[in-house]
Amino acid sequence: MTVFLLRRLLQAAAVVLVMSLLVFLGVFAIGDPIEILISPEADQFERERAIKALGLDLPLWQQYLVFLGNALQGDLGRSFVFNEPALKLILERMPATLELAIGATVLALLIGLPLGLYAGLKPNGALSKGIMATSILGFSLPTFWVGLMLIMVFAVQLGWLPSTGRGETVTLLGTRWSFLTLDGLAHMAMPTLNLALFKISLVIRLTRAGVRETMLMDYVKFARAKGLSPARVTFVHVFKNILIPVVTVVGLEFGGTIAFSVVTESVFAWPGMGKLIIDSINVLDRPVMVAYLMMIVLLFITINLVVDITYSLLDPRVRLEGKS
Amino acid sequence: MLVSPLLGLPGNIMGHHRHAAGLAAALAIAVAGPAAAQSLTVGVGAPVTSIDPHYHQLSPNTAVAHMIFSGLTTTDGHARIVPDLAESWHAVDETTWEFKLRRGVRFHNGSEFTADDVAFTFDRVPKVPNSPSSYAIYTRPITRVEIVDSHTLRLHTAVPYPLMPTDLASVMILDRETHAAATTEGFNAGPMAIGTGPFRMVSHRNGDRIEFERNEGYFGTAPAWARVTYRMITNDPARTAALLAGDVDVIDQVPTSDLAKLRADQRLTLSETTGLRLIFLGLDHLSAEASPFVTDNEGKPVPRNPLRDPRVRRALSLMIDRGAITERVMEGAAIPAGQFLPEGSFGYAPGLAAPRQDAEAAKKLLAEAGFPQGFRMTLHGPNDRYPNDARIIQAIGQMWTRAGIRTAIEAQPWTTFVGRAAKQDFSAFLIGWGTSSGEASNPLRNLTATYDREKGYGASNRGRYSNPEADRILDAAMRELDDPKREALLQQATRIVFEDTGIIPVHIQKNAWAMRRGFAHDARADELTRAQDIRPAAAR
Repeated sequence: MTVFLLRRLLQAAAVVLVMSLLVFLGVFAIGDPIEILISPEADQFERERAIKALGLDLPLWQQYLVFLGNALQGDLGRSFVFNEPALKLILERMPATLELAIGATVLALLIGLPLGLYAGLKPNGALSKGIMATSILGFSLPTFWVGLMLIMVFAVQLGWLPSTGRGETVTLLGTRWSFLTLDGLAHMAMPTLNLALFKISLVIRLTRAGVRETMLMDYVKFARAKGLSPARVTFVHVFKNILIPVVTVVGLEFGGTIAFSVVTESVFAWPGMGKLIIDSINVLDRPVMVAYLMMIVLLFITINLVVDITYSLLDPRVRLEGKS
Repeated sequence: MLVSPLLGLPGNIMGHHRHAAGLAAALAIAVAGPAAAQSLTVGVGAPVTSIDPHYHQLSPNTAVAHMIFSGLTTTDGHARIVPDLAESWHAVDETTWEFKLRRGVRFHNGSEFTADDVAFTFDRVPKVPNSPSSYAIYTRPITRVEIVDSHTLRLHTAVPYPLMPTDLASVMILDRETHAAATTEGFNAGPMAIGTGPFRMVSHRNGDRIEFERNEGYFGTAPAWARVTYRMITNDPARTAALLAGDVDVIDQVPTSDLAKLRADQRLTLSETTGLRLIFLGLDHLSAEASPFVTDNEGKPVPRNPLRDPRVRRALSLMIDRGAITERVMEGAAIPAGQFLPEGSFGYAPGLAAPRQDAEAAKKLLAEAGFPQGFRMTLHGPNDRYPNDARIIQAIGQMWTRAGIRTAIEAQPWTTFVGRAAKQDFSAFLIGWGTSSGEASNPLRNLTATYDREKGYGASNRGRYSNPEADRILDAAMRELDDPKREALLQQATRIVFEDTGIIPVHIQKNAWAMRRGFAHDARADELTRAQDIRPAAAR
């Protein structure tokens, strides 16, 4: 187990390093942050001053080394745009995104699992066919369109829910959370559903496929023959076995949601990390881009780790020692 | 007044459930009057990046700075300079400006405003660390600040500097006692956001919202709102939807495609005005030989750069049907342009109208210039910067192609485009220029003056246009303290640049705000969205 963890940690460090280098080169290739940040009225003197102030006068390799040196001391640099530490900016925005991502994942499991189970157990029922047909929509409709439609229907036409923003928040553990107030929940409803839609469909399809496959297994037949109740067969024997692919996919999807819920966050003006990163890309705010992507790499590695551990809990055949 | 009349067409696209509620709310406001309507929520399209008024020069930051702070001078809705913290000013001699300051003004924390605070401010402006776009360009001409008495100030310059009152409208005044050790982070977090403006900042959540309350001790006209929420909704459809849903009262940057729809909506009102942002085409004046994206009709390089010939430039300008662009592509949200600024601005040259499309004249000019068969060219432009930018270059590309210049177009994200334009990578490109100061020396110095590092001119002259005659007159204007004489010189320089077609003007954008009925807004030419310009419609 220790060896396994250690190896994962080393992997993480290597990936983070490569990522930071790629972002550095990427930003350099895209364009010049100064041209974007500076007031067009600035004269040549002022431009040169700004280039120097942001450390962009050094050759790229030197800029990178300066960055690495600071990063080793825990300083990921200051945002060009906000003049605040990049890490602080990201962490400030993180709760808002986490809240949505967790909400969406919970929603996906709460809705997706039962529906998928039902569709798997009764594959020829009219309702099952309906569920499967609807899940295709969940897959194929673009997020930004669904988001705007949700706003049009529930905020503009019906006036039930607020259209955008985060609503009232409560401070808990030093950060603001929306899900603890009624107003906050109302603001969360649409963006969460919008993010969850794709995941719900995914979980439905995975669960259904898993159930249909598992129902034909010998051990299920045996359990039935043994005279176990259908409920026990379904919820203990079948359910546990279909969870493994679901956990993998949901885990990775969760990471994806945290990292790249850009579309939903901008449609709903949700002040999360996704909006921060897209705004930063638009102005080539390199420190924020680098810090953000490094964090995302760490996040994915952590999630993979959690998924692996969950595997071993769900399936005793999978031993982490065996992997390392 | 620039509030557009509501066209009052019945029926709208958004259904009728909210219709009644919207009207009821509007009526409630109208009946109760301004006293009852105390809070305002504004949805803005561009994020505010800093509360520190000296950190990052950017329109959204300026708008918020105008709410919290004040300058010595400021600009009205038509970008004319008016008094703010200074009551009056005049040039004592060629190199000395004297400002008489308003008495009895207090900062939000009770500290008194005096001439010493101005001196402190001018000292701080160039020293703000890590500023990506400093305000020092406005304070640099000042060589010495002389405090005559607590409310009189003399600013000395090395050379005559007629733009002093104009420039100082951009510099927000801070308090020496309060801000001696203030950092940008201190402003963003709130404790340092103390000014003399009409609103106090209550809270600031980066990229999300800023909350204000009325400054009861404000020296100017008291704003109509006790509380203001300034929300950043960068996604265009989402901003419009937030207005339709009644979550915000006013939005700015109304997408041109929504204008007609919103105008027809009974629940809404629009405010519009002609802006100060010129959309134009820059041309490569630098390459004497082959220009990077010009070839002959067989695709072979052209030995000499046709864009250096004023007849070719004039022909390109005459091929453009500006009316079609403003009416169809911009859906009426722009006016055809023949010079930098709209009519009524300082330095507007009377009679220099937008060129009318004239294919015959263009053909003749091309033939005279030695290109009777035309040539091939690529027109570049951004696709995420200005309203409908990619569609405008598409339209111009088609007009040119039809008139004999086979044009390919290439639209790119601003992040990539602007860096390449600054390196003279293009032959022809679309770009915009917002003259925030509202007077013609600003575009003349930055856009069309010869690129000159020593003088600090032409820094945004991306095509490297150069006309010694225009430079000479501009230099004279920049030394001329007498306003009418200076205006005449600026008009003369403007005429020279556009008669030479140094750049090809396309149109000047209109600025539009949309609001729920019951609200009124004085539209500003400089695009700033400030709560003090909004009031209940019943008042006035």
